[in-house]
Amino acid sequence: MRHTISVLLENRPGALMRIASMFARRGYNIESLAVGPTERHDVSRITLRVDCEQHPLEQIEKQIHKLVNVLRVSELEPDEAVERELALLKVSAPPAKRGELISLAHAFNARVADLGADAIVFEVVGHPEEVDAFEELVRPHGLKELVRTGRIGLGRVSATRQNRPQRILH
Amino acid sequence: MRPNGADAILRSLEAEGVEVVFGLPGGAILPTYDAFARGTTVRHVLARHEQGAGHMAEGYARASGKVGVAIATSGPGATNLVTPIADAWMDSTPLVCITGQVRTSLIGTDAFQECDITGITIPIVKHSWLVQDVEELPHAIKAAFHVARTGRCGPVLVDVPRDVQEAALDFEYPETVDLPGWKPPRHANARQIKFAAEALAAAERPVLYVGGGALNAHTCDELRELAEVGRLPVVTTLMGKSAFPETHELHFGWPGMHGPKWSNWAMNKCDLLVAVGARFDDRVTGKLSAFAPGASVVHLDIDSAEIGKLRRADIPVVGPLTEVLAGLTEELRGRRAAGSQPPTEPWLRQLAAWREEFPLRYGSGGDLLKPQLVLETLQELASGRDVVWTTGVGQHQMWAMQYLLCERPRTFITSGGLGTMGYGVPAAIGAKAARPESTVVCVDGDGCFQMTGQELATSVLEDLPIVVVIVNNGYLGMVRQWQDMFFGERFSEVHLSHNVPDYAKLAEAYGAVGFTVESEAELAGALERAMTSGRTTVVDVRVDPREHCFPMIPAGAAALDLVEYEDEREAVEA
Repeated sequence: MRHTISVLLENRPGALMRIASMFARRGYNIESLAVGPTERHDVSRITLRVDCEQHPLEQIEKQIHKLVNVLRVSELEPDEAVERELALLKVSAPPAKRGELISLAHAFNARVADLGADAIVFEVVGHPEEVDAFEELVRPHGLKELVRTGRIGLGRVSATRQNRPQRILH
Repeated sequence: MRPNGADAILRSLEAEGVEVVFGLPGGAILPTYDAFARGTTVRHVLARHEQGAGHMAEGYARASGKVGVAIATSGPGATNLVTPIADAWMDSTPLVCITGQVRTSLIGTDAFQECDITGITIPIVKHSWLVQDVEELPHAIKAAFHVARTGRCGPVLVDVPRDVQEAALDFEYPETVDLPGWKPPRHANARQIKFAAEALAAAERPVLYVGGGALNAHTCDELRELAEVGRLPVVTTLMGKSAFPETHELHFGWPGMHGPKWSNWAMNKCDLLVAVGARFDDRVTGKLSAFAPGASVVHLDIDSAEIGKLRRADIPVVGPLTEVLAGLTEELRGRRAAGSQPPTEPWLRQLAAWREEFPLRYGSGGDLLKPQLVLETLQELASGRDVVWTTGVGQHQMWAMQYLLCERPRTFITSGGLGTMGYGVPAAIGAKAARPESTVVCVDGDGCFQMTGQELATSVLEDLPIVVVIVNNGYLGMVRQWQDMFFGERFSEVHLSHNVPDYAKLAEAYGAVGFTVESEAELAGALERAMTSGRTTVVDVRVDPREHCFPMIPAGAAALDLVEYEDEREAVEA
């Protein structure tokens, strides 16, 4: 079972390393990790995708929360959060294939970020599953390079299915 | 003249009420040692190795209940502190380490004696600070002490580059800490306490399973009151030893791998297990799925991450133990109706019967002294005296746990979680600094002693006299025992020899007193002289290397698979 955890932490040197190190030493599996600034200059947000096969989510969250720089830990539940990911994909595109690839990209709202003699760099933003789908679609055409940011997310402001606020764990 | 960063370190230590620090100078920490020379109320104890300084600070912390402080230089000085830091991490000992670092302009250049000690120690500290600006230094030290002793205690590190120590500042020690992410629980949930009390009141076979958290929380009085009001049996872990008086009728020993049969049976057969600042360590539980199989669990801890980490808690109570235990006692007092017999009396009688039936046993015969006899003799001599014990790690440590009965808190100081050989001698020196009026006795092994024995010089020259009793079997005894029991008696690289070095002569070389004891006739006299001389004394007691520590629950086995002295002998004879 995979979960998305959102961590607010003080923007200090080494803060990210403390979290990464804690995951390594406790043997927790990180599937993706995205870190960046927030609305406050002194606070960063880390969005972690974790595999809770071996270790219960609650234990992972408590261990994160014990770190001195960590301000808040919350789970982003799929129905109650907006989740996005950005990917750049370098795909083989000889002139004869260009048209087909570009029309595929349109279906996914993917942009052409760069165009060369025999390759295209696509930029796609969406729910991580949409990014997965686009990746699979272009792979047979020759996926030369791929980079993904890892998912980021925020709790929804609109009414949710359960009609309750985002669960704050600590 | 304006104070500099080094002055700020000392003024900060003074403001924290620090009386003594343990350390060893070197290049990158020179400005701070210059500040020592200019004058301070803080006593500095000069160790012979930074590992010794770290363990001294731990011993001081354990004996005093205050934060221990160790100081070292950059590079190798700092890396030599890594073992004490890891030790303090595993045993939740409040420890502030201050290390020198190369100048900020040299950081990252592989400068002489540079090492990334904040990076190296990240997995084993609660938090650390690399101070890059002298204005931040007082705040970092204030925060370091606060983090070390609040919530679950533990080690922290403050790394101070040399130029930061030399930079001038207007010193003012902050009154508050600015740590928005550090919010250890200040109160427990009253409803959870009520639930726990209900479970306790209803239990017929409860056990209080007390760990080191009870000592860290300074809550031994509340613990005793709870046990007495509820008529609840108490077992104390290795780290919890001395949290509850061990000659008290409600004390039923120590659980785990080398705990007596009655203690492990108490844990195995109980219907309610109340963990008090204990963490279900594998050396206590053995096979987790077979540990206390019929028991509901009440888990009392300041650290919420311990709840459910290894064993599911039916009733978790997270908060300061003093408040939790006092709350439980009040609830229980109301529920234990006056005049009626508490429901635990039959269970207490059962435990007492097991204790009678399965006493600790060991062999007799042969020319060599039995190590257990050394511990029994020490216990007799210490009875009624103000003694603080420290130990190394291994067989002698387990015998010390079994045979020494501690009556007052913080009188048994040992390395539990990390199992750090060499802990005993420096920890004893630190304990002596904390409790100069007590007789501090380190029960050590010959292997352990050789790891940190050079600190005898510190003991002698700093006038911190300790007694070191080396239970000398000439082997790495616990490893030998495992090779004997689990590796087909193939002894591999465990022989150290009884007489190299000659420990009594070595002690004399350090300006201490040394005795060698080879017979029962000499034993009590030598130990008595050592404990009353007031001088640093090493008693080298040559004991039988074939003696195993029993009972023993093999690693990963269940309490009921406990091997006793007779079982093993029968197996050998068969």
